[in-house]
Amino acid sequence: MAKTEMSTSEAGSGATAAPLPAIAVVAPALTWLLPGAGHLMLKRWVRGLLIMVSVLAMFFFGLAMAGKIYQPNTGDLLDILGFIGDLGAGGLYILGRMFDWGGSSICAAVGDYGTKYIVVAGLLNIMCMVDAYHIAIGRKQ
Amino acid sequence: MTHILYLPIAAVLAFMQSAGCTETYLHLSHFSAAVIFSFFVSIVFGITQRSNEREMVRHGAYCFGVFVVGMFVVGWVMWLLHH
Repeated sequence: MAKTEMSTSEAGSGATAAPLPAIAVVAPALTWLLPGAGHLMLKRWVRGLLIMVSVLAMFFFGLAMAGKIYQPNTGDLLDILGFIGDLGAGGLYILGRMFDWGGSSICAAVGDYGTKYIVVAGLLNIMCMVDAYHIAIGRKQ
Repeated sequence: MTHILYLPIAAVLAFMQSAGCTETYLHLSHFSAAVIFSFFVSIVFGITQRSNEREMVRHGAYCFGVFVVGMFVVGWVMWLLHH
């Protein structure tokens, strides 16, 4: 009985110590840099393209509506959350900061919509990163 | 020939440069902004929340329907509260 328990615990520890496959790290990282790229790498062509179009469209619609890209801040809680959401867009956020895209302040009614579009694009990209991870580890087809 | 590929990128970049607080930004009504938002969010929800293609399409369509119907319901509720 004791032997059985021991072998079970060994098997359990072996399962937890299994190394994470490299693709499970690379796929979400690629998705963060370019939305949909992780899915494309995993040969989910249609899903990857749909994700890419959707997230890019959300982000660029947001910019076209003079949406604001949040900067790192420690001020208002909503500004901090906005920054976290924007950061999810990864490569797009980096490009936006590099080229100073987006309105600096809300200068039109649609600017507020645009800001929300950009934040949601980042949040959707985080969902896509998780999805790419699940596909990479085989939890999802 | 290859420079044609760069035209859309250049157009997008030029558009974004002018998308600050100048006169040229995209004007959308609240309704159209909400519908476009619902459309793209539903696509991603469908893909990420379901496992096979058929269910992805169904779930995406369901999310889009819920967004649009919810928008009308909330709109009417706000109208009733206002009046």
